[in-house]
Amino acid sequence: MSVSESARVPVASPDDAFVIEPHSGWRVVDFGELWRYRDLLYFMVWRDIKVRYKQSVLGVGWVVFQPLVQMVAFTLIIGLMFGMGAPDGVPYPLFNFAALIPWTFFSQGVTRAAGSLVQGSNLLKKVYFPRLIMPLAGVLSGLVDLVIALGILLVLALAFHLAPAMELGAMALPDYTWSPGWELLWLPAFVLLASVAAIGLGLWASALMVQYRDVALILPFFVQTALYACPVLYPSSEVPQRWHGLYYCNPMAGVIDGFRWSVLGGQHPDFGLMLLSSAVALVLCGSGLLVFRRMERTFADVV
Amino acid sequence: MARDELAIRVEGMGKRFFIGAARRRHDTLRDMLAEAALAPFRRIAGVLRGCDSAASGLSEEIWALRDVSFDVRRGEVVGIIGRNGAGKSTLLKILSRITDPTVGRAFIHGRIGSLLEVGTGFHPELTGAENIFLNGAILGMTRRQIEQQFGRIVEFAEIDRFVDTPVKHYSSGMYTRLAFSVAAHLEPEILIVDEVLAVGDFEFQKKCLGKMHDVADGGRTVLFVSHNMAAVRSLCHSVCVLHQGELVFRGDTEEGIHRYLVESHPEGTTAEVRLKGSDPLNPSMSAARLLADGQVAGRFDMGSSLAFEVDYVSPGPLRHPRLGFVLNAEDGERLLGANNRFLPSVGPDVAATSGTIRCELGVVPLMAGRYTLSLWFGDYGRDHHIVLEALAFEVTERDIWGRGTLPPTGSSRLWWPSRFVITPRVEAGAPPIELRSTGRP
Repeated sequence: MSVSESARVPVASPDDAFVIEPHSGWRVVDFGELWRYRDLLYFMVWRDIKVRYKQSVLGVGWVVFQPLVQMVAFTLIIGLMFGMGAPDGVPYPLFNFAALIPWTFFSQGVTRAAGSLVQGSNLLKKVYFPRLIMPLAGVLSGLVDLVIALGILLVLALAFHLAPAMELGAMALPDYTWSPGWELLWLPAFVLLASVAAIGLGLWASALMVQYRDVALILPFFVQTALYACPVLYPSSEVPQRWHGLYYCNPMAGVIDGFRWSVLGGQHPDFGLMLLSSAVALVLCGSGLLVFRRMERTFADVV
Repeated sequence: MARDELAIRVEGMGKRFFIGAARRRHDTLRDMLAEAALAPFRRIAGVLRGCDSAASGLSEEIWALRDVSFDVRRGEVVGIIGRNGAGKSTLLKILSRITDPTVGRAFIHGRIGSLLEVGTGFHPELTGAENIFLNGAILGMTRRQIEQQFGRIVEFAEIDRFVDTPVKHYSSGMYTRLAFSVAAHLEPEILIVDEVLAVGDFEFQKKCLGKMHDVADGGRTVLFVSHNMAAVRSLCHSVCVLHQGELVFRGDTEEGIHRYLVESHPEGTTAEVRLKGSDPLNPSMSAARLLADGQVAGRFDMGSSLAFEVDYVSPGPLRHPRLGFVLNAEDGERLLGANNRFLPSVGPDVAATSGTIRCELGVVPLMAGRYTLSLWFGDYGRDHHIVLEALAFEVTERDIWGRGTLPPTGSSRLWWPSRFVITPRVEAGAPPIELRSTGRP
């Protein structure tokens, strides 16, 4: 078999050529490329949001509805039956809802990010773009939900502020005065931290799920259980002091404490423990990026 | 830019896949953990047996592409041809950066746009306009570029009245037109196209081919994979012929096509094939087989009654499986086809997650030769699984007329059981002419 090749032409300037070659080992993230594809990230986020609201009957109402129903359920079970109180004179429903907002953002973001590659397998096999965009869009599209839920939280806080003190079974609803202050300025920082943590876990889960589909089975169970490792149903002050070092290795513990503090005020979180949570979130995200980049070159072959 | 400059240089490109055991053993975490636990023992066993554990029969490797080198000049339109499994798609995927090569390098001079499928990333719930932006961005256009092209895209797709309708309400023709239109307005310096012309109705195919001509005449570099030799002939300046992962010819189009037809001929037939679904979330075909006179066969006589069966699976209950086929001649020309979107199907009207569709063609008057069957499978809305040239078969010569002679080959693609009626006009008053049989003297 002869290969008749066209005469070799000298490469005009080898520098301007894009080189395709085998990659192996660890690679860092190509931020320049991500930036060039920012429009795609925008459209993916936008698609996620649009489709989520278009397909449901309740539309945007769904976002409001879900954490509210959860909050009512938790209030009935934990607050009413077990008489779990909330510190700093905050009514339990408000205390609970303020935690459910970042938690919902995190858990749904991780879930969407994790499934993004497998669901978009057709894209992976047919088009090149930085794969990172898919899990990133999964997390970021939750931001809209978060903003809407935050609006509900403000309405709730105002309602409890205006309502008189009440007794509901074992649960006392104190006469609550909501006085938001400069702490609110910290809110974006905690949302950012929640995003970093969600992206970190989402990257790990999505990359692994391409190869091991059982991640899809483990993840919902994991997310559900992890709720109890976060100060959503109970205040973190209920956790014994000597366990705090371990407890705040869960980045969402720091996020939820901080989020609640910045909206509802009260005892400010411990700075050192907050740093611990942030550090763990960053490590999670950094390692997630590395693992993702390492595994991404085989996504199209394996998925 | 001078025309002599290089657009693409491929050097010693190869791609290896592991199939079978290697792949399966990692599919679940449990298997991986079990494997990890067993690995040391296996290694010991391997050493005892005197072979490297990594290569100890756990995996079978396949080179989908092996030592492929070629150059493409700027402005050149190159056809890439070869049978199924020759490595065409793998080559395109590597050049489009979808997958990494195992060895070798390629230098790309210029912005690459690749089009391995029309409508990648289309979402049924979104409107036409929304999908234009989404799909454009996926194909690598910026928002500005899409905005600039928007009017032209809509016009080319002929959907202006439905721009704000969700594409799930589109007919499959409209859907395809819109999808191709977005892709056609990508303006890369190097365009990689895989068989996208194999979609849509005839009018639209002509339009697509016209657009491809424009692109080619516009001085852009094009890599074009196709089974359709007529399209390759009319579009390409030169061709690469791939055969079992290797580049066996690079050069003149006519010579290459000839080479391809000769090379690929002895490959035989595929009467039965297992198919891999392209997408686990959508219905797909799992197997297909060809039946001649009711028997699975890849080689049969002219005049045999032809049918084929497709087994399908679906992640959810599927009520209306849709199957289309096209029968291709050796050189890729599409001879005939049908689809149960347009033709009635017989069978119980129940939803199921798997099943079999049999398509009965009856006696197809094919001349002796080699043919292939391409399959399109989907649900009510669109095709989810397309396998071009899924089945291949050979029709052997037979005395179909029962006249002790074989029908002449080469005159046409089909023979036809026609009836000839001769009505001679005999002039009044003229002496009667004795008519003789037109048979041999």
